[in-house]
Amino acid sequence: MGNGAPLMSEYEAVIGLETHIQLNTNSKIFCGCKADSWADPPNTNICPVCTGLPGVLPVLNRSVVEKAVLLASAMRADSIQSRSYFARKNYFYPDLPKGYQISQYNEPLALGGFMDVPLPEGDQRRVTITKLHMEEDAGKTVLEAGRRLIDFNRCGVPLVEMVTGPDLRSADEAAQYLIRLRQLLRWLGISDADMERGHLRCDANVSIRIQGLDVLNPKTETKNVNSIENVRDAIQAEIKRQIREVKAGRTIEAWTLDWDEDSGTLRKMRVKETEADYRYFREPDLLPIELDETWRDEILSALPELPLDRRARIAKQYDLPIYDAEILTEERSLADYFEKAVEVYDGEPKTVSNWLMNDVLRIIRSKGVKAGGLQLQPRLLVEIIDMVDEKKITTNTAKSLLDQVEATGNAPVEIVERENLAQVSDEGALRQVIADVIAGNPDQVKTYRAGKESVIGWFVGQVMRESKGKANPQLVQELLREMLAGE
Amino acid sequence: MTEHLCDLPAYEQVRRIKDGEISAVELLKSTFERIDAVEGRQATTEPYTPSPTDLEKVHAFITVTRERAHAQAESIDQKVAAGEDPGPLAGVPLAVKDIFCVKDTPSTAGSKILENFISPYSATPVKHLEEDGAVVVGKVNLDEFTFGSSNESSAFLPPVGNPWDPAYVPGGSSGGSTAAVAAGEATISLGTDTAGSIRQPAAFCGVVGMKPTYGRVSRYGLIAFASSLDCPGPVARNITDTALMMNAIAGPDSRDATAANTPVPDYSKGLMEGVKGLRIGLSPEYFKLKYPDPETGELIEQPISPEIESAVLAAAQTFAEMGAEIIEDVSMPNTHHGIPVYFVISRVEAASNLHRYDGVKYGYRFPDEEENLRELYKETRGRGFGIQPKLRILMGMYVSAEQYEKGHYERALRVRTLIRDDFERAFDPSGSYKLDCLLTATTPTTAFKLGAVYGDSVLMQYADLLTVPANHAGVPGLSIPAGFGENGLPIGIQFIGPDFSEATLLRAGRSYEMATEADAWRARQPKVIETL
Repeated sequence: MGNGAPLMSEYEAVIGLETHIQLNTNSKIFCGCKADSWADPPNTNICPVCTGLPGVLPVLNRSVVEKAVLLASAMRADSIQSRSYFARKNYFYPDLPKGYQISQYNEPLALGGFMDVPLPEGDQRRVTITKLHMEEDAGKTVLEAGRRLIDFNRCGVPLVEMVTGPDLRSADEAAQYLIRLRQLLRWLGISDADMERGHLRCDANVSIRIQGLDVLNPKTETKNVNSIENVRDAIQAEIKRQIREVKAGRTIEAWTLDWDEDSGTLRKMRVKETEADYRYFREPDLLPIELDETWRDEILSALPELPLDRRARIAKQYDLPIYDAEILTEERSLADYFEKAVEVYDGEPKTVSNWLMNDVLRIIRSKGVKAGGLQLQPRLLVEIIDMVDEKKITTNTAKSLLDQVEATGNAPVEIVERENLAQVSDEGALRQVIADVIAGNPDQVKTYRAGKESVIGWFVGQVMRESKGKANPQLVQELLREMLAGE
Repeated sequence: MTEHLCDLPAYEQVRRIKDGEISAVELLKSTFERIDAVEGRQATTEPYTPSPTDLEKVHAFITVTRERAHAQAESIDQKVAAGEDPGPLAGVPLAVKDIFCVKDTPSTAGSKILENFISPYSATPVKHLEEDGAVVVGKVNLDEFTFGSSNESSAFLPPVGNPWDPAYVPGGSSGGSTAAVAAGEATISLGTDTAGSIRQPAAFCGVVGMKPTYGRVSRYGLIAFASSLDCPGPVARNITDTALMMNAIAGPDSRDATAANTPVPDYSKGLMEGVKGLRIGLSPEYFKLKYPDPETGELIEQPISPEIESAVLAAAQTFAEMGAEIIEDVSMPNTHHGIPVYFVISRVEAASNLHRYDGVKYGYRFPDEEENLRELYKETRGRGFGIQPKLRILMGMYVSAEQYEKGHYERALRVRTLIRDDFERAFDPSGSYKLDCLLTATTPTTAFKLGAVYGDSVLMQYADLLTVPANHAGVPGLSIPAGFGENGLPIGIQFIGPDFSEATLLRAGRSYEMATEADAWRARQPKVIETL
C-alpha cells in the first residue's frame, strides 16, 4: 500500500436496489386465475389469457391498482398520476408466453418518492425511489435433465417494480431498507413480502468509489438473492471483490452476477451487453388507467399511519423508550393491540408495553398468529394487569392466566374466581403456613438464626409452594422475618 | 330456376325454420351441396401448383366443420320441435373467418405457424352468434394473419377466387368470408376489418360488409393483427341480415377492456324508416387517390375509376330523390395520410402481436426437439411465417426500435388524431357540415385479377385508401353493392358515420336496397352459381 493506493476504509459502496413486489391479490393482474401458486403443481393456475393463446386479451384487475396506489403513497411519491398507461416490453423467452411483458414504462402510475430508513446508530438514510410501476410476472423455467420445463403458474401474477436511487452505502443499510420495506408492505396489507417465497425479490446494483467523491463507477447487478441475509452477504462479498479488483489495478465491468447461497459466492452470469431494445409501445389492448379523485380518495382512505410515523408517535405519546416503540410497531396488528390496551388501562403505558414485549409476544410467536388474532384480547390483558396492580393475583399467577385466557377465551376475573387463584393476603392463614414450614425445617431455621439471612429466599419459596403460588410474596417475607426472629 | 335454400336471405331461412317449413338440417344440406359444387379442391399448405380448373372454383374454406355443424343444426330442429325459441339466427349457416378462435376447430389465421392449432375456446362474437342459433359451417380463408387485400397471401392454397369470376381476387383480407357468402356457401360470415378488410372484399364480391365502431364488438378470440384498429364485423347478402348479425355480436364483454359499454340498439328496428332529412356528405378527397410515387416520393393524384365514381354519384342522386340532403365538397384533408400512418401503427402492433408464435407452446415447431433456443425461434418463425408476416415483422421492428420510435410510431399516432378530427368536423352537430354520414366509394377499382397486384405491397395497400380512415378514427363504415363494372364485377359504395351510428348507416343502406330493388343488376348471379 506504499504506492499510494487507497486503503480499504477509504472506499465507500454505492448501492441501489431493484425490488419486485408480488401483490397479494386473489387473482392475477389480467385474468381470473388464482394469483398465488406457492406449493401448487406446475401449470395448474393457468388459462388461455395468462398462457398467451392466440386471440386472448388482458383485462386489468382493479385491486392491483389499488394496492400499488397505497404503496406509492406510503413511499411518498411526488405524484400519483391521474392517468397512466401500460406498455408492451417485447422480448423472446419461453416462459414469456405472449413474447412481451405488459408493464408500465414511461407513463407509470407514480413518480418519485423516498423512504427514510432508520439506521442502528440512530441516524437515518433517505432512500429515493426512481421507479415505481405495475407489471405482470413471467413464468418459471426449470432446466431438468437437459430439458427445459416451463411452469406458467406465475405468468400474470401482479408485481410492483420499485427501484431505488444509488443511495445506500453498505450491505447493512441495504438490509435495513429491505427490512423496512417488508415491514411496510405487510403493514399496508398489500404483499406477504416473504422473500423465501418470492413475494419480495431483490436485485442489487453495487459499485464502489473513493469516500467523499461524487462519481458513479461501473456497477454490477447481483440477482437471485432470496433472503435479506443473503442480500447482505452477497453485497458484502461484492464490495470486497470490487475493492480487491480495483486495488489490483483492474477495472470493474458491468457484469450480472448470481449469488450462490450454498457456497456463499458470486458467479458471473453474463457480461451485460448494451441495453436490450425492448421496443416499448403503449399496450393497445388496455385502456389508460384513469385514477379519478373519487377512486383515489376511496383507496387512500384505507392508508394507515405508517410504521415509522407510528413508532415516533407511540414513543412520544406514551413516553416509551424508542426500543419499546420499535418492537410495538414491528407489525401493525401489535401496535393496534398496544394502543387498544393502553386506552382501557389506567396505569402507566410502559406497564402494558412490558407485558406485551415479555409475555404476549411469546404467545404470539409460539402460536404463529397476529396480535389481532389472539383470544387474549387487549381488554382481557388489561383485566389481568389490573388484578396484578391491585395485588389480587401474583405476577406468576398472571403469567399462567395469560395462557389460560388465550386457550379458553374466558374472562380472567372468572377464571381467578372459579379456580381460586386469588392472591392470599390473609395474615392469619399465612401465619399458620409459615409456622408449619418453620416447624418442619429446624436446620434451616438454625442457619438463618446463625446470621445467614439469605436463607429467607428458600423459606419464601417453600411458603409459596405450600400456598400454590397464591401467597402475597411481600407479606410472606415480612411475616417470615418476624416469625423467624421470634422466640 | 330452382330455388336453393342456401341462397335465401338469413331472415327468410329463419322464418321457414321457425314456421316448420324447412328444417335446419335441410338448410345445412343445401349449403353443403353448394360447398361441394363450387368449392373446388381443398386448400392446403403443401407446395402449390396452380391448375386451370382452380380458376373456376371458389376455394373459400380452410376447414369445413361438417359434424359440428350437423350437431348444431339438429339441436336447432329439436328446439323447434319442442316449441322452444331457436333464436333470431336459428339454423343460419355461418362461415367464420379463420382469424377467430372457435372451440375445438383448427384456428389457423391462414398461416402454417398455426396450422395445427385447435382452439380450446370460442371468440366472444362467435359465441354470441351461436347462442342466437347460427350454425358454424366452417372456417374461411383469409390473407395470412389478415395481412393483405387480395387473399393471395394465405398459406392455404389455391387462393380464394371471386365467385363473380374466379380468375379475379375476392379482395381481402376477409375474402373467404365475402366469397363464401356471395357463392351461397354460407348465408352470413363473421369477418374482421383493420384497414378495410371487410368492406373492400364485400365490394369486390357484391355483398354487404360492415366495420362497426371500434369497441362495439368484442375482439376477444380474434387473433390480433393491429390491436388498436381490428374490428370484427358482419358479412351478409343484405342489410336486414347484417342487422340480425349486429344484434348478436354488438355489446360489452368482460373479457375485452376496449369493448364499449354504450347501450346496444335493436338494429332491426327502424331499417324501413327511410332517409328523409338525413344529411349525407360527399367529399372530394374520396373521389381521388393521393399517394406518394414509390420512386420519387412525390404525391401523385389519380381519380378513382369513372364507373365507380358514377355509381357513387348515382347513389347520391337516389338518396336526394328519397328526401336526403346531399352536402357536397366536404373537406377531409387528412385522408391521404391514412395509408402511411397505417403502415407504421399496424406494423408496430403486428410485430408485437406475432411474438407469441415461437414454437414453444402451440402451433408449428421446427425442429421438433431443439436444445438451442435461438435456433428454435429462428427456424420455427423462419419456416412457419409466410412472406407477409415477415415483411410486417421487419418493418414493425424497425419502426418501433428505440432510436426511431419518437420519429415514427408516436408521430403516426398524432397524425391519426388529425384523421379523426376530419370526421369530427364533418359529423359535428354544431359544425358547418352536420353530416349524418359520408357517402363514398368503397374501393378505387373493382376486383383485380389474381396475381396482377400481389407482390407490390405498396400498391396493394392503396386498395385500402378509402376504407382505412374509418379504422384510424374508430368510426363505423358500411359497404353495400351498387351495381357492376364493365368487366362484370361488383361495385361497392360506402357509408361512414360517427361513433355508434351503425343503425343510421344500416337504414341508409336499406333505403338504397329498396330504391334499387327493381334494377336489372340486382338479378345477376355470380358466375360460379350461374354455371351450375
